[in-house]
Amino acid sequence: MSLDKLNNLAERARADFKDGVLDVTFAYGELTLMVERERIIEIMTKLKDGEYYRFHQLIDLTGVDYPKRDLRFDVVYHLLSLTQNLRIRVKVMTDEVVPVASLRDVYPNADWYEREAFDMYGILFANHPDLRRLLTDYGFEGHPLRKDFPMTGHVEVRYDEAQKRVVYEPVKLVQEFRKFDFMSPWEGASYVLPGDEKASS
Amino acid sequence: MGVDLSNSGLISTSGQPLSTGTTLSAGMAGRSRVEGYNPDIHDKFFEQVSAELNEKGFLVAAADDVITWARTGSLMWMTFGLACCAVEMMQASMPRYDMERFGMAPRASPRQSDLMIVAGTLTNKMAPALRKVYDQMPDPRYVLSMGSCANGGGYYHYSYSVVRGCDRVVPVDVYVPGCPPSAEALLYGLLQLQKKIRRNGTIAR
Repeated sequence: MSLDKLNNLAERARADFKDGVLDVTFAYGELTLMVERERIIEIMTKLKDGEYYRFHQLIDLTGVDYPKRDLRFDVVYHLLSLTQNLRIRVKVMTDEVVPVASLRDVYPNADWYEREAFDMYGILFANHPDLRRLLTDYGFEGHPLRKDFPMTGHVEVRYDEAQKRVVYEPVKLVQEFRKFDFMSPWEGASYVLPGDEKASS
Repeated sequence: MGVDLSNSGLISTSGQPLSTGTTLSAGMAGRSRVEGYNPDIHDKFFEQVSAELNEKGFLVAAADDVITWARTGSLMWMTFGLACCAVEMMQASMPRYDMERFGMAPRASPRQSDLMIVAGTLTNKMAPALRKVYDQMPDPRYVLSMGSCANGGGYYHYSYSVVRGCDRVVPVDVYVPGCPPSAEALLYGLLQLQKKIRRNGTIAR
């Protein structure tokens, strides 16, 4: 039922925004609209206030990194309409240098979400009032959720008895990170298990 | 006194075994039914101390014994809950495990506490704050590292933002393993700490 509503909504969005909607996808019963980056403010304002949409809540705003793509980042917005009992996902594409317009004036809670996305991915938001790091350490360098960021980072901390304070040092691992193959031979292995040669079924 | 312990099921205050079905006086039911425990029989040592106190009105003991006794019996702990371990820490101080019966009371200020329980993941950003809190605690002070994350980074050992063990920042007395350790495990760790203080506690500065 909600799929029909989402279908209608997608049709409506195409009609309203024309070229603004680049792509419409349905997956797992959810609607995703890929939209034009330059028109994000206009589109989101309409989705929020438009008679037909009424997506009054911005549930989440985050980023996704696709390092092989030209525009490597997706900015993902999740919207909820309480009046329609519907959720949609809106995406725009960007890269490290092209800013996305800040949604703070449309949805006030976008403020910290955008700071987080900036912190984690280095996505820039134009006209954001206070685009600082939100979660990582003071003086942190790099954007940890980028795929090219090393998992263990660059620095580690320790208390220095001589200086009487906590100091930062380059990471020194006693043992490298090991990735174990947890695949069970009953589910994962494609080869014939020893002793199983004669089993037909 | 002098009740035969082998008959440790139901024993009345007069030392006579009660037959099942007898109505117990108020307050007796809970105490007398604990298997292997008879509230009438006291510890030998305690009896002796009690008798001495009755007889003379004072006790003689070494000063540092008394001081370590007082220290073990009043471990005021700094509430330093960082993550899910804190829930178990709270549980340990709740009525079921009741840390307070060992004289351990939570304090909200480092200036008033003797023990810091590092309960949870210590991040790089938190490390200077943790050290500052530790520095503000008066001597003698103890640190108990609770859970895998505080012991050695645990699940987040290879993370870019987590300290690989809180002993990199503060000296740790007791490590309690687990993810998170149960309230019992924490309590056991605290009793081990008491033992440690009792054994090598000193008043030297």
